[in-house]
Amino acid sequence: MNAQLQPTGSAYFIERETAKPEAHTLSVLVDNEPGVLARVIGLFSGRGYNIDSLTVSETEHEKHLSRITIVTRGTPQVMEQIKHQLERIVPVHRVVDMTVVARERGHDRPLERELALVKVAGTGDHRVEALRLADAFRASVIDANTEHFIFEITGRVSKIEQFIAIMKPLGLIEVCRTGVAALNRGPEGM
Amino acid sequence: MNKANVETGRREMTGAEMVVQALIDNGVEHIFGYPGGAVLPIYDELFQQEQVQHILVRHEQGAGHAAEGYARSTGKAGVMLVTSGPGATNAVTPLQDALMDSIPLVCITGQVPTSLIGSDAFQECDTVGITRPCTKHNWLVKDVNELAGILHEAFQVATTGRPGPVVVDIPKDVQFSKGMYTPPQTAPRSSYRPKLQGDLEQIRAAVELMASAKRPVIYSGGGVINSGPEASHLLRELVELTGFPITSTLMGLGAYPASGPRWLGMLGMHGTYEANMVMHDCDVMVCIGARFDDRITGRLNAFSPNSKKIHIDIDPSSINKNVRTDVPIIGDVGRVLEDMVRLWRAGAKADKAALRPWWEQIERWRARDSLAYKPNDDVIMPQYAIQRLYELTKDRDTYITTEVGQHQMWAAQHYGFEKPNRWMTSGGLGTMGYGLPAALGVQIAHPDALVIDIAGDASVQMTIQEMSCAVQYEAPIKIFILNNQYMGMVRQWQQLLHGNRLSHSYTEAMPDFVKLAEAYGGHGIRCEKPGELDDAIREMIDVRKPVIFDCRVANLANCFPMIPSGKAHNEMLLPDEATDEAVANAIDAKGRMLV
Repeated sequence: MNAQLQPTGSAYFIERETAKPEAHTLSVLVDNEPGVLARVIGLFSGRGYNIDSLTVSETEHEKHLSRITIVTRGTPQVMEQIKHQLERIVPVHRVVDMTVVARERGHDRPLERELALVKVAGTGDHRVEALRLADAFRASVIDANTEHFIFEITGRVSKIEQFIAIMKPLGLIEVCRTGVAALNRGPEGM
Repeated sequence: MNKANVETGRREMTGAEMVVQALIDNGVEHIFGYPGGAVLPIYDELFQQEQVQHILVRHEQGAGHAAEGYARSTGKAGVMLVTSGPGATNAVTPLQDALMDSIPLVCITGQVPTSLIGSDAFQECDTVGITRPCTKHNWLVKDVNELAGILHEAFQVATTGRPGPVVVDIPKDVQFSKGMYTPPQTAPRSSYRPKLQGDLEQIRAAVELMASAKRPVIYSGGGVINSGPEASHLLRELVELTGFPITSTLMGLGAYPASGPRWLGMLGMHGTYEANMVMHDCDVMVCIGARFDDRITGRLNAFSPNSKKIHIDIDPSSINKNVRTDVPIIGDVGRVLEDMVRLWRAGAKADKAALRPWWEQIERWRARDSLAYKPNDDVIMPQYAIQRLYELTKDRDTYITTEVGQHQMWAAQHYGFEKPNRWMTSGGLGTMGYGLPAALGVQIAHPDALVIDIAGDASVQMTIQEMSCAVQYEAPIKIFILNNQYMGMVRQWQQLLHGNRLSHSYTEAMPDFVKLAEAYGGHGIRCEKPGELDDAIREMIDVRKPVIFDCRVANLANCFPMIPSGKAHNEMLLPDEATDEAVANAIDAKGRMLV
């Protein structure tokens, strides 16, 4: 488990210890070079931090910059450590705690979206019900034959979780998810 | 070659030539290494030039520690060159050692040709994968045209900011192929910009806090040494101006002179009583280039409970990592101290009289004489051996390295360091076998100095093969072994934690160190009587050869004072109270779980 989640018991952490670990979304801007993702995730495993979700892709092709979005969990003090540790990695340009920024701008949390592909197989009533529910969730059918559907659904993590849960009794076969992509509201960049 | 290229230093050469050229362009005079199949092209280039001297070690770990000793004693980067596979894996220990102690170390490794990478080729290993967590940064070079830029960047990353080890892994085909060499450029990559200048408002707040202190302490660390001689000079100035007491970590010894009037001795697990009591009772703590390591703080929830803490560090992740800081200052210690001294001179006038009660208290703690030991006329006490070594070498140009264990702590306690860069020891990683090769590295950098490895009989055997290297290069290092036939610190912990069951901490078969020295072509000395010690040490100093000094010391002496694990600074075990019973009960169930 995360050693940093049960810190020290030091007198200096008394106020902060009462702070419960909570999910934070980090955006990490890195040079897209070999091994950079291994450096980032190696830091998380090596120092005992958790990763709930990880999304990465090159976002600025001319500058070869990739944006890594990590959902992790920790007390404010642990989050501060994670941020500083990430900033020590040589090809890391910037680390922004999107959750903290969202709060500073008066929002509950950053805009977070995930995409999932969901395969459901079945016939008769189950098949009709699956299609009806998919419609209600605004999931689109991207592949089908008489025995299955593949749905594409985009939305908040909770929506995706819910959709997967209700598809389970209707013949859920497999799921593939992208992990969370996040931006903050408003005209400012990260 | 056209004219523009001559002016810019750009020219075509092979990858192997580039390695040597980059070493020269980065001011490297010595490298430590061991050849092998995947670095032969580089060795061929080394053979054909004279600007870079290569020191042939006997094991790659030795190359790493020698480069660390070289770096620590000069302030320059240490460089090691090893082959692929086992060469690279043997380098892992010194790389992690350098990472934990912030030593600038550039490690160049050979790699199998790019066409064979991933095929489980002979002597292949995933060097960048293996060394990723034990370096500040590393590179696998797949294009010879990128090699020069990467090598220059490697030196820059290793030596700037918080210094550390880097690895450049070069496949053999890249060493052979030709490309364009570019000279070092000053512009760093945009993602790597260490913050050097401290925030002036924070420094001002720190100075105000310091001026209001009634019971202050300065706690300095290896960061002061890393920042350069000027930082040590400024630290001394700050201590002089403020009249504050000063203690230091193991890594920081020498930044403030041990003979200085404000010196409390080292703090932490085997620090002095006065240093630890001052840390516990202070109202303002100024931490300068140290990182609140567990060997320093003892039990965290009882660490200096009533103080405001100022923390100066170049690495933002050191701030608030273990201990909450009230005034964090991120920047290079030297630059911050410069501002601090200037602001102190400008405004805050030290009310030294206000500190008088604090100093009176400190003198009472000092009078406790926590480093005392029972002298003995028949056997050499290890503390006595260090004290005599100090007295007989202090007026010379002396550098001390150590291995890890009791002897290391006795050296830190009883040898007085007056200058920075004179003390090379493995602090963070605690690497047994560090001291002998480190001494070699120091001696290569300072051929005329007196370089002594204060060693233990167990540690020294981990890298004893480097004696052969010392003989080859006529490096007259002195290996001063405090031989008690035990892994003394392991035994001490077995006495503290495990009911005095001395499981495998006694070495039943010990080499004859005198004969061993002679076998290597060095000089061996054995001393068993306190009365003969001074003459034997003089002999050791006078011999212009590598010396192994087998100093037979009291077998069962233990290292005190000590903060037992899980205890606080004010719960020290002092030497005169450390009865067998006190030792057996010093650590409670919770403390047993700690390291």
